[in-house]
Amino acid sequence: MMKQLRNAVWVAALAALAITGCRKGERIVPPEVTPVDTATPGSLLNGFYLLNEGNMGSNKASLDYYDYTTGVYKSNIYATANPTAVKELGDVGNDIEAYGTKLYAVINISNKVEVMDAASTKRIKQIDILNCRYITFANGKAYVSSYAGPVVVEPNAPIGFVAEIDTATLEITRKVIVGYQPEEMAVVGNKLYVANSGGYRAPDYDRTVSVIDLNTFKEIKKIDVAINLDRLKADNDGDIYVTSRGDYYNTPSRLFVIDTKTDAVKKQFDIPVSNLCISGDTAYVYGSVFSYNTGQWTITYNMVNVKTETVLNTNFITDGTDKSIRMPYGVAVNPATKEILVTDAKDYVSSGTLYCFDKTGKKKWSVTTGEIPAHIAFVFATK
Amino acid sequence: MMRFKTPAKAAGMLLLLLCGVVAAFAQQADSVTSKDLREVSVTAPRTAREVSPGQKMQAKELERLGSHSVADAIRFFAGLQVKDYGGIGGLKTVDIRSMGTNQVGVFYDGIQLGNAQNGQVDLGRFSLDNMEEIALYNGQKSNIFQPAKDFGSAGAIYLTSLKPKFAPGEKTHLRGTIKTGSFGLFNPSLLWQQKISSKVSASFSTEWINATGRYKFSYQKRDENGHLVYDTSAYRKNGDINAVRVEGGFNGLLNGGEWSTKVYYYQSERGLPGFIVNGVFGHVDRQWDQNIFVQSSFRKDITKRYSILLNGKYAYDYTRFLAPDTARLYIDNHYRQYEMYFSMAHQYALTNWWTIAASGDFQWNRLDADLTNFSYPTRYTTLTAAATNISFNRFSAQASLLGTFVNETVKKNASAPYQQKFTPAVFVSWQPTHSPDFRLRGFYKQIFRMPTFNDLYYTEIGNRFLKPEFATQYDVGFTWNKTFANSWLTQAGIETNAYYNEVNDKIVAVPGASMLSWQMENLGFVKIKGVDVKAKALWLIKKQVQFSTRLTYTYQRAQDFTDPSDSFYGDQIVYIPRHSGSLILGADYKQWEANYSFIYTGERYNSKENKLKNYVEPWYTSDLSLGKQFSYKHTRFHVTAQVNNLANQFYEVVISYPMPGRNYRFILTVNI
Repeated sequence: MMKQLRNAVWVAALAALAITGCRKGERIVPPEVTPVDTATPGSLLNGFYLLNEGNMGSNKASLDYYDYTTGVYKSNIYATANPTAVKELGDVGNDIEAYGTKLYAVINISNKVEVMDAASTKRIKQIDILNCRYITFANGKAYVSSYAGPVVVEPNAPIGFVAEIDTATLEITRKVIVGYQPEEMAVVGNKLYVANSGGYRAPDYDRTVSVIDLNTFKEIKKIDVAINLDRLKADNDGDIYVTSRGDYYNTPSRLFVIDTKTDAVKKQFDIPVSNLCISGDTAYVYGSVFSYNTGQWTITYNMVNVKTETVLNTNFITDGTDKSIRMPYGVAVNPATKEILVTDAKDYVSSGTLYCFDKTGKKKWSVTTGEIPAHIAFVFATK
Repeated sequence: MMRFKTPAKAAGMLLLLLCGVVAAFAQQADSVTSKDLREVSVTAPRTAREVSPGQKMQAKELERLGSHSVADAIRFFAGLQVKDYGGIGGLKTVDIRSMGTNQVGVFYDGIQLGNAQNGQVDLGRFSLDNMEEIALYNGQKSNIFQPAKDFGSAGAIYLTSLKPKFAPGEKTHLRGTIKTGSFGLFNPSLLWQQKISSKVSASFSTEWINATGRYKFSYQKRDENGHLVYDTSAYRKNGDINAVRVEGGFNGLLNGGEWSTKVYYYQSERGLPGFIVNGVFGHVDRQWDQNIFVQSSFRKDITKRYSILLNGKYAYDYTRFLAPDTARLYIDNHYRQYEMYFSMAHQYALTNWWTIAASGDFQWNRLDADLTNFSYPTRYTTLTAAATNISFNRFSAQASLLGTFVNETVKKNASAPYQQKFTPAVFVSWQPTHSPDFRLRGFYKQIFRMPTFNDLYYTEIGNRFLKPEFATQYDVGFTWNKTFANSWLTQAGIETNAYYNEVNDKIVAVPGASMLSWQMENLGFVKIKGVDVKAKALWLIKKQVQFSTRLTYTYQRAQDFTDPSDSFYGDQIVYIPRHSGSLILGADYKQWEANYSFIYTGERYNSKENKLKNYVEPWYTSDLSLGKQFSYKHTRFHVTAQVNNLANQFYEVVISYPMPGRNYRFILTVNI
């Protein structure tokens, strides 16, 4: 009897030990590889990168790459390409662009611009910029907007700045103070246009676009547009398209056009715009608008002819696929094929989907991405 | 150490082994004549008329465990998960049977601790210093003579503070304790109990917790071949806490009843260490809290058959949250919550086997906050409950029906609509054979939780269109207990429950109009299947060493069935392991006591999809403590030394919130 009891104790102890054998050490998560399309070698583009934002605090910003030359989509490639990078790509990927042979990813919470080799995705350098938001390029220089300028007028909200980075040395060369919480930027001629949101000062949003002279790197003008500005894109005719997010209550989201010759607003489109991509003479636009008054989301797709400056009132998705897109979060157009890429962030806490539509708006393929797929950078073939 | 290819195999092995234990106990039972046939639950003796015994830990056990807070101790219960943000001041909430932290009711000395703002109670703030008992009930405490609120949550935790008990001739108890150790902890406390008359006693308890909260953490990554590619260590910063707790009250006996009244005050300032991600190894956010409540309870048998129970409470809770980093969104918000509560419960014994009860509660809550465009909500809750209990020798049952009526008003914006719900519960207990050692039990309960003030009204996050979140529970199980004479084994018991729960209209956060603001939605349907196993045995070795073993095992399959088109349809919900368990080994020898405790939490996922990228490794910690009691003249001393997380395992319970590695604690208690 006693023997049985002692056995029971041993059995219990062994049980405790048995379940302790399960920790193997954290591994680098390999990419998910999915063939999605037929290979199109010899095109103008090698492929594109897609930056997934990931949720704040989860360290799940991730990088995907689609290779036109093989038709293969690889999700989550950064950690495998850079295994020694401590805590991987980082937290909340906010923007990505390719320029020259390099790839620049702006990682907002991680306070850095990650500079990689566009071909191998290997890290070249990390440029530290607090609360950095977006990046744009001109004449061998990168311009990065940041919320984290000095605290001046407003006691608790910093004014924003734009940092200039030399793309050869990857050093910050100059900084200029702009408006509150600057977002997207574009260069037209020798002027940099910056959309200031003032998001930290809600409901006293900023409502200006800063105009920066690139020679002196000084703000030469503030153009009054509308509250809570966000997206800012240049067309081929010297116009700037800038979006206002509104206040989510009674002031709706709108699209504005600035003439860079006069640096004044010349037109307003009364359509909600969350994001847009200008390719050729067409702006591909979607609006996902939430109203606190009704508790409802309204999602719309539209196109604007930027030549004639008219709203076309047609959906660029023509086969009904838009109905299965829960939360459009990014849009890009292949400059060579005019294929339209739209990302679906879904519930923001699970993998998103990337849709590829042909130029007539019919779905070609779709693929699973990382969490909150958002920003796309095309990589041109080097001749 | 044994290694298994998959954790599932290991767990399967564990189950097999557990069955072995049970078999061994069962064989044992046949060959021994048992003298004492009183029914005991696995964890504690049964109190009167409890159809479902719940899980309990008493002062002695809690003391030997040496846990810092209620949250640390409750991890040794089956069927729950503690969400722990790490460190002494870190938020620790409990999720019972995967139904979510908001479905849990926490009661302190019989009255629920409210948090209308976010519906969560931080169990890390309740020290074990003056705790007499922690009890956990699935469904509800199966006692029909209780306030309507006690019928109102899917699972309940009852914290009972020490009640003065005086031996003949005693008038005063005085106890001082000092705890110190890792995290720069300095934690003195004082307990004073005074006998005022033969029927009235007073008690006073106070505590100061001061800690830097500093601890080392480490992140490692390996490549596909298992080679270490990075290994980085840092110290957790901004985890300091400075808190004071003062509580005092009177307990009185009446002819056929009792009364009590108490005042509780808690004040703290703490750093919020925040998430650790690439490039961010520290935060500067801070939080100040103040909690005050006054509560009274009165119970009396008016006639032989009729009893009445009155409860009342007033509570004020203040929180200030400061995010002073000007590179980010500067936040300095102040929240003030007010609560008034009154309850009346009646019980009438129709026959000696049939009792009926009715209770009615009224509660008033208000939240003020200096947020832009804040709604300033006030909630009026009326709860009514009707319950009945039948109790025979071998069969007992309870049924209750709770009516909830919620009305809200706001100063600004629009208020949520009026809610009116009726929810039932049924509990049964049956002794199938003549032996009271073995009992079968079961319950069914439907309940809901109201959306919190934050869910409904938080500026830019709240959604006043939210519906209540429903939970339905089905549970069956058995308990087997036996006491033995003339044996090394003096007492053994096992309790096993299998359950199935459904959570409908689960309130979840989805990012809203901008990434800065999330939005609450009724978006979730979860089905939960689970098994809880609790086994306990007491041993007496060589008539001198008292040895106790306590083992829990929890299996939970909690799957998201919200929408078949979701990529996570059918996946295990976030942070819920399929397998978890605990083991406590305690030994008492003369003035010495030793304790070994082990916790295991199996693999789980930190996001909705059960994909490799969201995979979180299992974690398991071993804690050791050694204590000795001794007396000098009339003063009794008790010293304890502890090592926690003996193997120095670095792990996370919540993604990006690293937990402490090996840490130490020393406790000195002086009783006069």
